[in-house]
Amino acid sequence: MTQTVMEIRDVGLEFPLPRTLLDLLNKRPGRVVNALNGVSLQLHKGETLGVVGESGCGKSTLARCIVRLYEPQHGSIHFDGQDIFGAGMKKDRSYNRRVQMMFQDPYSSLNPRMTTGQILSEALKVHKMRPEDEIPTRVAELLELVRLPQDAAQKLPHEFSGGQRQRIAIARALAVEPEVLIADELVSALDVSVQAQVVNLLLELQERLNLTILFVAHDLRLVRHVSNRVAVIYLGRIVEIGDSETLFANPSHPYSQALLSAAPSINPDDKGEAIRLEGELPSPLNVPSGCPFHVRCRHASDLCKSEVPPLLAQEGRGEVACHHIEEINQHA
Amino acid sequence: MTNDMPILEVRDLCTTFSRGGVALPAVRDVSFNVGKGEVLGLVGESGSGKSVTLRSILGLSRRYGDVTGDVRWMGQDISRMPERKLRQIRGRDIAMIFQEPMTSLNPLLTVGMQLTETLKAHTDLGRAARRDRAIEMLDHVGIPSAASRLEEYPHQFSGGMRQRVMIAIALAANPKLLLADEPTTALDVTIQAQILDLILSLADELHMGVILVTHDLGVVAQTCENVAVMYAGRIVEQGSVRQVLRTPRHPYTVGLMRSVPQDVPPRTQLYSVPGTPPSLEALPAGCAFAPRCQNQTEACLSARPTLETISEGRAAACFNPMAIAQGEVA
Ligand SMILES: Nc1ncnc2c1ncn2[C@@H]1O[C@H](COP(=O)(O)OP(=O)(O)OP(=O)(O)O)[C@@H](O)[C@H]1O
Ligand SMILES: Nc1ncnc2c1ncn2[C@@H]1O[C@H](COP(=O)(O)OP(=O)(O)O)[C@@H](O)[C@H]1O
Ligand code: SF4
Ligand code: SF4
Ligand SMILES: [Mg+2]
Ligand SMILES: [Mg+2]
Repeated sequence: MTQTVMEIRDVGLEFPLPRTLLDLLNKRPGRVVNALNGVSLQLHKGETLGVVGESGCGKSTLARCIVRLYEPQHGSIHFDGQDIFGAGMKKDRSYNRRVQMMFQDPYSSLNPRMTTGQILSEALKVHKMRPEDEIPTRVAELLELVRLPQDAAQKLPHEFSGGQRQRIAIARALAVEPEVLIADELVSALDVSVQAQVVNLLLELQERLNLTILFVAHDLRLVRHVSNRVAVIYLGRIVEIGDSETLFANPSHPYSQALLSAAPSINPDDKGEAIRLEGELPSPLNVPSGCPFHVRCRHASDLCKSEVPPLLAQEGRGEVACHHIEEINQHA
Repeated sequence: MTNDMPILEVRDLCTTFSRGGVALPAVRDVSFNVGKGEVLGLVGESGSGKSVTLRSILGLSRRYGDVTGDVRWMGQDISRMPERKLRQIRGRDIAMIFQEPMTSLNPLLTVGMQLTETLKAHTDLGRAARRDRAIEMLDHVGIPSAASRLEEYPHQFSGGMRQRVMIAIALAANPKLLLADEPTTALDVTIQAQILDLILSLADELHMGVILVTHDLGVVAQTCENVAVMYAGRIVEQGSVRQVLRTPRHPYTVGLMRSVPQDVPPRTQLYSVPGTPPSLEALPAGCAFAPRCQNQTEACLSARPTLETISEGRAAACFNPMAIAQGEVA
């Protein structure tokens, strides 16, 4: 039985840009960046949902909405059946504890003047996780959990390697016993072997603590490895979502096909049939009408230019948003 | 493609920095050749000396450290060439794409000016031709509406686009050798593919040699002919990409290959080389990889293995290289 912990419905978010001089002269309103344009998805208990897409497509914005750093103008996000932006939930600090975000750059998110021990104790105190006298024991447990040596408690962030700092960030997030972890480019800056250590730790902790994880990363191989399901985002919309192995082995949406085929294989003989995308991601200041992918899609028709394709469940695949999904995948 | 004489020959390159009186051997005894149109990959963990190697080739490490060894460009030793003469080679014959694009673009000049300045300095193109070439290059690196963006300043571009501008500038004057330090690491796979295609076509059509520093073994597999693997400042394995990636012989290369999540069952534990790289201040006496190596024996702790040819076109620095079957990566 899959249990839904997080229900994201039709979330839309735009960032207003400051009005420029030109806007003022022309008596135009300021422009807006359409970062999210109606994203719907569910997070299932205990799963890892991977999120992929080109830079600027809205992955971090989505992550930030979930931890309430941004409030979307449209749609809703429910956690455990409750609207996280509703009046009741907004006052309820426990949400901030139960859903934890881990940042891309732990170096800037860890206070450089606090020792690891102080960083972890602070998290425990803020959310009153343990009585004062049990805190040192819990800090020791957390260090053990993320496999840092016990003397790490006395050290400052700069005394650690990149991979170890990521573990401190993970320990801090886990200190408050969250149910959901939001990992935005958690391991992107690390060398492969360190990346492997952090990913192993995440997989192991997920199993032990039954954590639900949203995993945002631009390394497609890594996302495939850790995810149960994957969502492909294009210009603030989900174009395809489904079982990770199925989607990676057999992407259905033309954008997913192009994106996944661009990832270079480590096998020199496996040159693959790369589908090169024409041009680049249109600006989110100016999202194309209809299917946002139509300006780069080889299969685009007139319909694609005017109608937004809905995200629909497809037989034997996940959900796909494309008008011509059947013709395109006929021969696949 | 790798015909006749190499265009670049590096012999016994050593670069030593110092911190508080302690010597930091960042690069040690690095030797390799790059032929016309050859794409050589340089891989290794962060801190292994890849960037310092590239900067030392261009004479950019002299100011900060002590550099020894020979660097021959078209047969001419440039390692001791005066800065003034070297500057004529840099940018025109040998171009470099730096790892940090923000620090290498001038924030006060428009992107168009920076591109045309390069062309003015290194080509005979006239004013109009320079502008056309600038637009063409921005177009090549995937910057849309290139013509209208020439008047913009670097801060008006996103990080990925600034990186692409750097690449356009480096390639604008048709260099004979490109030193590219992680040119696509910050970019999306889609743009990465476009840029690698562009670099490959220049290598192919204009016989540009390339040294491509990357930590993505996929990029190496798809782009390079030959590869050198660095560890703690030294090349530990070198050979054709097919050989090295398919049958790595040095235990470190094997570890690197195994930690890539490809062809492993999903959501299983990934392999990871145990331990951490040594600090340059305290390198082990024998083989620098010994504390992390599964094949380590007594000899590895006291003597340092040198890079030896172990089979046709392949060299490794190891007393106990992997047997071929053992290191085979499907
Ligand atoms: N505070 C902000 N003000 C204005 N625009 C913003 C702001 N934050 C994000 N954006 C814009 O919203 C869009 C989505 O940004 P977001 O950071 O979510 O992208 P992303 O998918 O995480 O990209 P990356 O892979 O580069 O991290 C982009 O066009 C970005 O420039
Ligand atoms: N100017 C410098 N002064 C002192 N040490 C340096 C300097 N530049 C690089 N190093 C050191 O040299 C080693 C190799 O660095 P680098 O070539 O940048 O590694 P990478 O392989 O990641 O490119 C590192 O230990 C680095 O800290
Ligand atoms: S809806 Fe049309 S434009 Fe969009 S992906 Fe499908 S075929 Fe291409
Ligand atoms: S020389 Fe010894 S320690 Fe070094 S890589 Fe080879 S077997 Fe391992
Ligand atoms: Mg982001
Ligand atoms: Mg570097």
